[in-house]
Amino acid sequence: MRTGASRTIRVDTLARVEGEGALLINMSGERVTDVKLKIYEPPRLFEAFLRGRHYSEAPDITSRICGICPIAYQMSAVHAIERALRIHIDPAVRLLRRLFYCGEWIESHALHVYMLHAPDFLGYQDAIAMARDHKEVVERALRLKKIGNRLVQVLGGREIHPISAAIGGFHKVPSKQQLAELVEDLEWALEASLETVRFTATLPFPNFEQDYEFVALRHPDEYPFNEGRLVSNRGLNIDAAEYEDHFRELHVKHSNALHSVIRGRSSYLVGPLARFNLNFDKLPQVAQKAALEAKLPPPVKNPFRSIIVRAVELIFACHEALRAIREYEPPAAAHVELPKRSGTGWAITEAPRGILYHSYTFDENGLIQNAKIVPPTSQNQKRIEDDLRDYAATLVAWPLDEATWKCEQAIRNYDPCISCATHFLKLRIEKDPESA
Amino acid sequence: MQIICCGNPGRGDDSAALLVARELRACGIEAEIESGDALDLIEDWDETGEVIVVDATVTGAAPGTVQVWDGTLPEKIVTATASTHGLGVGEAVYLAQILNRLPRRLRIYGIEGKQFYPGSEVSPEVKEAAEKVAKQIAQETVLSTQYSVSSAR
Repeated sequence: MRTGASRTIRVDTLARVEGEGALLINMSGERVTDVKLKIYEPPRLFEAFLRGRHYSEAPDITSRICGICPIAYQMSAVHAIERALRIHIDPAVRLLRRLFYCGEWIESHALHVYMLHAPDFLGYQDAIAMARDHKEVVERALRLKKIGNRLVQVLGGREIHPISAAIGGFHKVPSKQQLAELVEDLEWALEASLETVRFTATLPFPNFEQDYEFVALRHPDEYPFNEGRLVSNRGLNIDAAEYEDHFRELHVKHSNALHSVIRGRSSYLVGPLARFNLNFDKLPQVAQKAALEAKLPPPVKNPFRSIIVRAVELIFACHEALRAIREYEPPAAAHVELPKRSGTGWAITEAPRGILYHSYTFDENGLIQNAKIVPPTSQNQKRIEDDLRDYAATLVAWPLDEATWKCEQAIRNYDPCISCATHFLKLRIEKDPESA
Repeated sequence: MQIICCGNPGRGDDSAALLVARELRACGIEAEIESGDALDLIEDWDETGEVIVVDATVTGAAPGTVQVWDGTLPEKIVTATASTHGLGVGEAVYLAQILNRLPRRLRIYGIEGKQFYPGSEVSPEVKEAAEKVAKQIAQETVLSTQYSVSSAR
């Protein structure tokens, strides 16, 4: 029995990943006295880099921010600038953009569910250790991700940092035949996604629920990707243009990154749980049925169960991709002509790990005067700290190494960009001499 | 022979392999570019053929040091690929071994880097090493092609 001893959970800082992270949790007796999640956010550099560049460069520049969700960055930039230019795109282009998003969600969710998150629940150190006992599970992940890659490649021109997305449309659109060639794989992926829900529903979850303010896009007719109002379960209901009136970013001493909070309230949660809880009725029947069979009725308040929600979103992404391909007729023009004007535009889209806000102001020559990017990991950062504070409090009686491992696992619930770091993290435990 | 060069052009020395790809393509040799994501590598490499993977490494060696793993697997491969979620070339090798999906012959060229932060330049040592690696692979490719042609006769 530990009484009064101070203990520290420390996760060292890592470099060379898209987001550098460190975690420090101090415990005193049965109390968690401090939680600090430190993140270095590359997007701040990109905002400065964008100033003075022509707006047409923004989609390609911002897609470099993240290797796993470049499409979300491209699309937020494209939508914000199109809004500033006051142009409207062809419905067929809009359909293609949803299809583009499906590819990114399939890639990202398949990777996270199977290779990053599942090993935690199955008791393996990593996906390689898991693969020895669960080859079929890893093979399924490989094929699912490959199908997402193919979708991105067909629409984006290449798998990595796609180049076809453009303001006003696409530089080049696919033919019906090119998309039809994806159907067989996507039908397999839909079945594999249903199996993914069944698989994840069998995993053991800690009994841990939080009282979240969920924040996500909501569209009258669609599960959200790239359009809709920003809503929450506590009354938020705003247009993207109002984002900065309702959200603020705070400097905290221990982190280079800014903490996002809702003005007058506090932290909030973005990502799969928020989307699912606020948009369950917009999921296709096949996804709703799978969720309910997995005993996952909304609202889901246990962040560990986000792995099942991601699997449900995999079903949605495959189903939506098949719908888009069925309905697709190539547009008369791949993109519309762009007017010459100055302007300010805002957009929010749903990256796999949550809402991504972009705003741009540019002059009459199209040169960017100001840019603001708020990525999902930044928005979740304070919420992750709040959750870790409560979760660590349930672990005070655990051996320090196990408690540290559990806290590291908890970070992966949010699939932050620093999850790359958390999977590489070398943990160093510092015990207070009194507790040794 | 399939040549796969892994890296991220926005992260300094992580683009070492991309420089190799550029040199090879300038010589008319096909070189694929990938992020280095383990799952993509396993799906994309030719399991029945001969594959060369080039990537930046962080092993503690001097910047620009070139290391080649050929045939036998090292105990640990630490590549610096900017794979977003940390499953890189090293993990691809181990996963593929477990899944019986390794190429018939796999060689990995690692170029030791020193700076990987976003927006950084490629260091001179890495540039020089990339040229050397490209020359070496080009020579091997030519020899391999000649061998294939003579074997077919």
